[in-house]
Amino acid sequence: MRQKGRFGQYGGFYVPEVLIPALEELEAAFYDHYQDEKFVKELNWFYKHYAGRPTPLYLAKRFSEQVGFNVYLKREDLVHGGAHKLNNTLGQALLAKYMGKSKIIAETGAGQHGLATAMVGALFGMETKIFMGVIDIERQSVNVHKMKLCGAKVISVEGGTGTLKDAINDALRYWTANVTDTFYIFGSTCGPHPYPTVVKHFQSVIGTEAKQQCAEQIGKLPDMIVACVGGGSNALGIFTGFIDDKNVKLIGVEAGGEGVSTGKHAATIVAGKVGILHGAKSYLLQDENGQVLETESVSAGLDYSAVGPEHCQLKDSGRAQYYEAEDEDVLDAFELLSKKEGILPALESSHALAWVMKQKGKLSSDANVIVNLSGRGDKDVSIVEKYRPLMQ
Amino acid sequence: MKAYKELFSELDRAALIPFFVIGDPDYDTSLDIVKTAIDAGADVLELGIPFSDPIADGPTIQKADIRALKAGMNVHRALEFIKEIKQYKDIPIGLLLYYNLIYQYGTEKFFADFHAAGVNSILIADMSIDDADEVLAPAQAAGLDTVFMVTPNTEDQRMKLIASKTTGFIYTVSVLGVTGSRESLSDEVEGLVGKLKKLTDVPVCVGFGISKPEHAVAVAKAGADGVIIGSKIVSLIEANLDSKENILSAISQFIKDVKSKLI
Ligand SMILES: Cc1ncc(COP(=O)(O)O)c(C=O)c1O
Repeated sequence: MRQKGRFGQYGGFYVPEVLIPALEELEAAFYDHYQDEKFVKELNWFYKHYAGRPTPLYLAKRFSEQVGFNVYLKREDLVHGGAHKLNNTLGQALLAKYMGKSKIIAETGAGQHGLATAMVGALFGMETKIFMGVIDIERQSVNVHKMKLCGAKVISVEGGTGTLKDAINDALRYWTANVTDTFYIFGSTCGPHPYPTVVKHFQSVIGTEAKQQCAEQIGKLPDMIVACVGGGSNALGIFTGFIDDKNVKLIGVEAGGEGVSTGKHAATIVAGKVGILHGAKSYLLQDENGQVLETESVSAGLDYSAVGPEHCQLKDSGRAQYYEAEDEDVLDAFELLSKKEGILPALESSHALAWVMKQKGKLSSDANVIVNLSGRGDKDVSIVEKYRPLMQ
Repeated sequence: MKAYKELFSELDRAALIPFFVIGDPDYDTSLDIVKTAIDAGADVLELGIPFSDPIADGPTIQKADIRALKAGMNVHRALEFIKEIKQYKDIPIGLLLYYNLIYQYGTEKFFADFHAAGVNSILIADMSIDDADEVLAPAQAAGLDTVFMVTPNTEDQRMKLIASKTTGFIYTVSVLGVTGSRESLSDEVEGLVGKLKKLTDVPVCVGFGISKPEHAVAVAKAGADGVIIGSKIVSLIEANLDSKENILSAISQFIKDVKSKLI
């Protein structure tokens, strides 16, 4: 490896020896191409004509009235596929193409990353396999069907708890046996080096655009950026644009599930202890013996026991702050944005909105807050319906 | 405690090294299983502490991990287990586990405690030579041997580096892939063992996918100092979960069978 892939004490590449050559190859390809003119031009072409970038920065006036300060939404829900995930899969699939790999695999939780991978698999004509936990397949059946329509094979992962972490386990195992011709498109800013760096890079387009849009629309920097944190890719994607602007507060919101004190949550940074999972050192939800704990959240996309290593460093340094939002508040936020703006937010993104709603009365009326609306909520309608049936 | 070096140089054949998940399917049965393996002729034991997310393992060992965890196995009980085994017989033991278990226990204390219990070496399944510096010093301080993996896609230069940091034996992975029984032996094994033997004096043991006595014999012929049999042995436990007697006799018979062909 050319680099250690460390963010302070976090990160690294704690993987079995057999995966080292594949990670080295990926790292080399990434550093050789990511600033290469041809590669950048081609990726930007796909961002514009396939993904629909740039996405708007939208002042949500009627939502803002409810909370008492200005809330701008970075509309990643409008990216083709319905979430920020495509920014990353386009980048990695293009890298795979440059490396001459014809097969791609991915893990998925909510199905958004799986779908975004299935889409680029179709786009580039690559054989695509998506690993997904049985529980997630059940609660995100529409996305499963969409992936299949795009020609991907969805592999049901039975092991463990049948959620994202088990899907990653099996994708890693599959990759171990097929490293020579298969590219693993990792879905978030976690996993072994170089993934946290690669994924952040391809998501940084969010922050770059948002910063420019702020200058155009507000004429100055925002006061605060708020994003939900599962593995951490949409959050880092937007944070990166403002990381050097010390007066811009960066807030990450994790899944508080039924409440951190109940143990039924996925608030890794808020409630975890440092450990090693899936190739990286990070905060980790684990028991006193180091066994990884199961997570719980209304949103499949935040249901992960670990978190991106760079977030852990940002937390320790104080540059970013991390909080959790509980399921009931998240559902309130989902309903409020739908009702006031006609925008159905993904349950993941609703965590960021829920935290923002709690700031009512705490921020001045001229404060400008950007929420990274990482995805749209169409995929979640049946879940919301279960929790909050509509009275006719 | 007998060192690997002594053992491998005394033996004029390949060592037979069965692998077990400690506590599979439960503490007491597991203890009897391992004792049976010793009686049947195991030369070294490779023992794994179960982990919730064993990314280097196929379905057979994953299921064994789950059985053992459900029955209450943890790092502290694994330590007791090893002490009991060592009381039964002073046999060399290699420990195989995932890094988080060591990290949570406290790396230095982990190495010291398991060395005191009678473990010879520790292999961390999710740690490559690149991060080895995190454990080399504490391992050495505790008096433990190091074991690292070499796989069919490891480059020559890297093999040399790995050999230079290995004091126990090189765990040669016979296939690209995770643990699991396989019908036939990978045709890369012979070349790999031959190459390693030329590169280093460190003992070379082969594991992953060794499922039949013929596989073990082929690996031994290729010059390996030891043959590690994991999933096949664990599958004998899985296949006989309803009868402890049957587990013990299946394990005993299999180990005797392999051993008789290695001699
Ligand atoms: C819409 C949406 N937002 C957020 C996430 C969480 O991922 P990350 O923290 O990497 O942005 C997901 C994951 O599936 C998602 O689908």
